[in-house]
Order: sequence, then structure tokens, then C-alpha cells
Amino acid sequence: MESPQSPGASPRTLIARAQRIAVEVAGPAADSVDREARFPAESIEALRKEKLLSALVPVELGGEEASVAEISGICLALGQRCASAGMVYAMHTIQVACIVRHGSAAPFFRRYMSEALVEKQELLASATTELGVGGDVRTSICAVQVEGDHFRLEKNAPVISYGQNADAILVTSRRAPDAVSSDQVISLVRKPECTLEPTSGWDTLGFRGTCSLGFKLSARAHKDQILPQPYADISQQTMLPVSHIVWSSLWLGIATDAVNRARAFVRQEARKKPGFIPPNSLRLAEVVSVLQGFRANVQDSVEDYQRRLADPESLGSIGFALRMNNLKIAASQLVVQIVSAAMQIVGITGYRLDSKYTLGRHLRDAYGAALMVNNDRILGANASMLLVLKDD
Amino acid sequence: MTADEMNARIRAVIGEHARLAVDAKALGDDSNLYDAGMTSHASVNLMLGLESSFDIEFPERMLRRRAFESVSAIRAALVELTGSGG
Repeated sequence: MESPQSPGASPRTLIARAQRIAVEVAGPAADSVDREARFPAESIEALRKEKLLSALVPVELGGEEASVAEISGICLALGQRCASAGMVYAMHTIQVACIVRHGSAAPFFRRYMSEALVEKQELLASATTELGVGGDVRTSICAVQVEGDHFRLEKNAPVISYGQNADAILVTSRRAPDAVSSDQVISLVRKPECTLEPTSGWDTLGFRGTCSLGFKLSARAHKDQILPQPYADISQQTMLPVSHIVWSSLWLGIATDAVNRARAFVRQEARKKPGFIPPNSLRLAEVVSVLQGFRANVQDSVEDYQRRLADPESLGSIGFALRMNNLKIAASQLVVQIVSAAMQIVGITGYRLDSKYTLGRHLRDAYGAALMVNNDRILGANASMLLVLKDD
Repeated sequence: MTADEMNARIRAVIGEHARLAVDAKALGDDSNLYDAGMTSHASVNLMLGLESSFDIEFPERMLRRRAFESVSAIRAALVELTGSGG
């Protein structure tokens, strides 16, 4: 198998560090993480040692001020070797992005970035969905209740990925007990400030290492730990676009590794009879072309996002929201299509679990992509936005 | 159309489409519609309702959250498009 590829952005040192971890740590642990549905602890520890958990933090606070292109490259590298580790890193990074973009003016969050993220390499999880809202993360039932300098918050979260392994959790809720359901804020609660009572397990087809259990969360923390901007803005300008970019990047990683396995397999066939072109090489040529389009879509979306960063209003436009939603839909479908095509090329050898060309885990992980934030929900939002969007 | 007439008509469209937790007639000109409960989905219906009521089309550059966040923000957008009612 070939070494993980860079996303086309210049392969700078951040990506090279992630590639080393992918090859030396995440890849070798991937089967056990998958089989035992356990947290990819060794990979996250290696990312900590390389200071990659604070990659996005501004240089003035001790981070490396990574671009989204670099984060995309890190997710792509990890996704090629262990999709669960890649997903944990992706989800952590989404939370860091929200703090960097929307908390940099707040003293608590500045201190949190330099002391907790940079120095301690803390891992952030998120609690966005809530029982009773039907999967709509822009609606909350729970609310922060401020009493003096502190707030209380109780949330029944059907999913908090790696909640048990995180050092802090970003929780969405209504701004106050009398606020409407869409008037939301995000609060950061650290482990010692909350209790997590598990309400469901995580025994799934794929992404088994994200340990996305359900929890009843109860927290009491200082009111400075509430991000100052409304969640509506944070969601539109940062959480949604960054989520769709980092998820698509790691799905691209799964697809890339599947194609690399198919290529290695076809090469091996070709070497047996030099001069004879194996029949499945046409299928390989076909899937490589689909993969190229997938990669171009991710890169183009990254560039579009980075171009708009200086203009928060443009990040809030319907045209951009539609575009990022389309990235998620296309990427989550392509990853299944590409891994299936790779399986067809490798044949029974890829179907076997005991061969070096096995594609079982890739295929199981790939099917999760269309389900995490269901594509039908996203298509519904797009259908609604298209009613007012004109091409101009 | 005077500014008052325009505001009244905007409030009527809000009342019909924004699905707020409060009465649209009681809204201040600068009250935030999202804080009053308008969802993204309802905001699209509000845009469609305004396009129909004022017989205009919002261009892509106006299709932003902030442009529809209050009666006065909507009026500013409409004035820019129709050149009246300011």
C-alpha cells in the first residue's frame, strides 16, 4: 500500500506529522479499535505529543494557526489508516474552530486556548443533539440557568462521541429558561464540572472507535464559559462549514485507501503476466477518475471557505450554506460508491477479512457518512433554500 | 408607499410566515426575529412571502441571515430594491 497522500495543499509539516502518526500508530491499531469498539487512545496520545490538538489555535496563544486546508490534510491522512481516529480528531477540531473563531475576544476562552488546548492538549467533545428535538441541532429544549456567577445545565444527549474520553464538552442549549427553542448558546464544561450518566451504548456497523454513547449530562460552571456569540452565527459561519469540510476530508481518506488497495491488487495481478492487462484495470481506471472528482470537490470547498473567512456575512449566505451542504451529500455518497467499486475490483480477496487487501472496515465505515446528520435532512434544507436562491 | 405603509405590510407578511412566538404587530422595528423564534426554514418562507407581496426578487447577495433579522432590516432591503418607501 502506498503512503497516505497529501490533499494537494502544500505538504507542510503539520500534515507530515499527521501522516507519520497515521502510518506508525493509527494504522497498526485500527483493527483492534474496530474489533473492540474502543477509543483510539494511542492515536490521540500521539496527536497530543505532536501538539496537533491545538493546531488551529492562533500563534499568539501558542498554537500553530493552521489553515483549514491543513486540517483537511490531517483528517485525510488519518482517515486513510483509521477512520475512527480521524473522526475523533475531526470532531475535536470542529469544537476548537468554534472557540478560535468566536471566543478569541473572551478572556476565559483565550486562557482556555493557551493553557488547556496548547499546554495540556485537552480533547474536546460536543453535545449538540438532544432527545426530543428530532435531530434538529438548531433547536434546544434544555437551557442554561444563570445563578450569580455560575450556570446550571442539564441535557439529555442521545450522542456525545468519545464523551468518556474527552477533557471538556461543548454543549448547545437555549440562552435562558425563557428563550425560544432556536435562541441558543454554546457552553464549555470541563469534566470536573459535570457528570455524565450513560443512557445508551455504541455497538455499530462502522466508526466503532468513536464511542458515541448517549448521556444525561449535568453541569455547573462559570458563566464566562458560555461563548459570547449566538449559536446561530457560530453554526452558520463555522460549525457547519468546518464539519462538512473535515468529515468530507476523512471520508476522502477512506476512499483513497480503498482505491490504493485496489491499485496494489491490480498491480500484483499484472505482475503475474506481464504484457497482459488485467480486466479489472478498466474498473480501476474508472474509480480513480471518480476519486479525482471527489478530491477536487473537497479542495475547492476548502478554498471557497478560506476565501470567505475575512467576510463573516458571506459565510452566512444561503449560497454558501447550500454549497457546503452539497459537499457533505456528495462526499458521503461518493465514499460508498468508491469503496464498493474497489471491492468489485479486488473481488473475493477484498471481501475476506484475513487478507491484506481486505475492505470490510472501509465499507462499514463508509455507510456511516450518509447517516451522521442524515442526508435527507440536509436535502430538505437545500430544497427549501433553493426556493429563494437565484443564480446571479 | 410611505414608510409606515411599508412597515405594516412587512409586519403582515411576518405574521403570516415567520411563525414567531409573539404577535408580529407588537414587534419593534428593530426587534430580532430570530430571537423571537423564527427558524431558518421559516425565514425562507418569509423571503418567499415578501417576494410575492412586494413583487420583487431578492438577489443572491441579499440572501443572508442579517438581511431578514428585523422589520427595519427588511425595509432597508426592499427600499434598495424598489427605490421607494424609505
